[in-house]
Amino acid sequence: MKYLDEFNDPDLARRLLDEIRATATRPWALMEVCGGQTHSIIRHGIDQLLPEQVELIHGPGCPVCVTPLEVIDKALEIASRPEVIFCSFGDMLRVPGTGRDLFRVKGEGGDVRVVYSPLDALELARRHPDREVVFFAIGFETTAPANAMAVHQARRLGLGNFSLLVSHVRVPPAVEAIMTAPQCRVQGFLAAGHVCSVMGTAEYPELTERFKVPMVVTGFEPLDILEGIRRAVRQLERGEHKVENAYPRAVREEGNPAAVRMIEEVFEVTDRNWRGIGRIPASGWRLSDAFRAYDAEHRFDVTGIRTEEPAECRSGEVLQGLIRPTECAAFGTTCTPRTPLGATMVSSEGACAAYYLYRRMNAPTPQAGRAAREEMNPVA
Amino acid sequence: MCLAVPGKVVAIDDSADPLTGLVDFGGVQKQACLEYVPDVRVGEYVIVHVGFALQRLDEESALASLQLFEELGLLEEEFGDAWEQAAKEAGTT
Ligand code: SF4
Repeated sequence: MKYLDEFNDPDLARRLLDEIRATATRPWALMEVCGGQTHSIIRHGIDQLLPEQVELIHGPGCPVCVTPLEVIDKALEIASRPEVIFCSFGDMLRVPGTGRDLFRVKGEGGDVRVVYSPLDALELARRHPDREVVFFAIGFETTAPANAMAVHQARRLGLGNFSLLVSHVRVPPAVEAIMTAPQCRVQGFLAAGHVCSVMGTAEYPELTERFKVPMVVTGFEPLDILEGIRRAVRQLERGEHKVENAYPRAVREEGNPAAVRMIEEVFEVTDRNWRGIGRIPASGWRLSDAFRAYDAEHRFDVTGIRTEEPAECRSGEVLQGLIRPTECAAFGTTCTPRTPLGATMVSSEGACAAYYLYRRMNAPTPQAGRAAREEMNPVA
Repeated sequence: MCLAVPGKVVAIDDSADPLTGLVDFGGVQKQACLEYVPDVRVGEYVIVHVGFALQRLDEESALASLQLFEELGLLEEEFGDAWEQAAKEAGTT
């Protein structure tokens, strides 16, 4: 139990683990939906602390990882234009498109900038009226209220030189796709806490009923994750399948109504391709008709770009929980955070990168972890 | 970018549109949009993602999270060099 001392309350962690051990009488497979949870699980070795019967399958909840190759190629095309300032979260810079990434476009003279918030991009648009500012709007329901507010403000301020390249994704349709896949082994879900901070839990009872799986809203800290697992296993052992909130300090049943209203005003539901998984009906958001003028795909006429994904990367199977990263032949050899073949190796929330950083390098201390992460920091 | 970090609201600019406040994350202070938690008061805790407060938090759990994040180096990861770099590149400092 070498990782236990890294928990902020090792005693509580031990008690939770004991209870999980005492409760689980047969094998159960749980999926954590969110990449932040995957990161935390691997970093703290939670999967190794759990009793053998409880298996964690890493889900597709890293927005960087599931952004399809053709959207990356559209980003590269737009970012290469001389009139454009292309703004993105730092995680996207080294996601490989076809032949290059945003970092490379920047090296070749493209004006690519890392921003922390979409409002920073809006501010750039205000300061540079002679340039076209494009923000790469990716993310799950957690990020959507921020991106929606940015474009809402752009319209209010009359900033015609601001637009979004949108690749937003939604969790519930992904859960449905996972559960209806023929090879599915998932018996319960740890639902992503911060997605529910925004959306609440109203979308989940239908899924628990239809697929007879417990869904436990779970936070991101190691103790939160153990508590989520404990509750999911307890439901499974009792033959229950309901929505349970194990993260009430940040999640209310109704979510954040003001944020949901803003999302619904600015975006509309659309089908979306997920990298490695393929098309999932109604699994994304795009700008609604009222905001279509702010859609970078139309403004820069890149809607025609179509790209097939390379065969050697098995991130699709990783994202669906069918294989572990270490089962991919390229893992740690031709594919590393420095030379990623697939998006799951690029973002520190991707399962492949999490395994590379914390498992292969066996770096349980913060210092060693930090040194390993520096390898991934594209702007340092 | 998935991380949402708890912080304490130390100042609110009522005149800003959208509503904006200064949030303290264990010593690092950053502006955040408060439009989605409009009735938050100075001294209360919120959970912040990409510059937006998404929910309020009680003080005790916020402090526990912050302490853990700091021990793990997560605050530095979220607000360290990349942020400075980002702000500098964006020209918004
Ligand atoms: S290790 Fe690399 S090549 Fe293999 S699945 Fe992961 S990202 Fe793809």
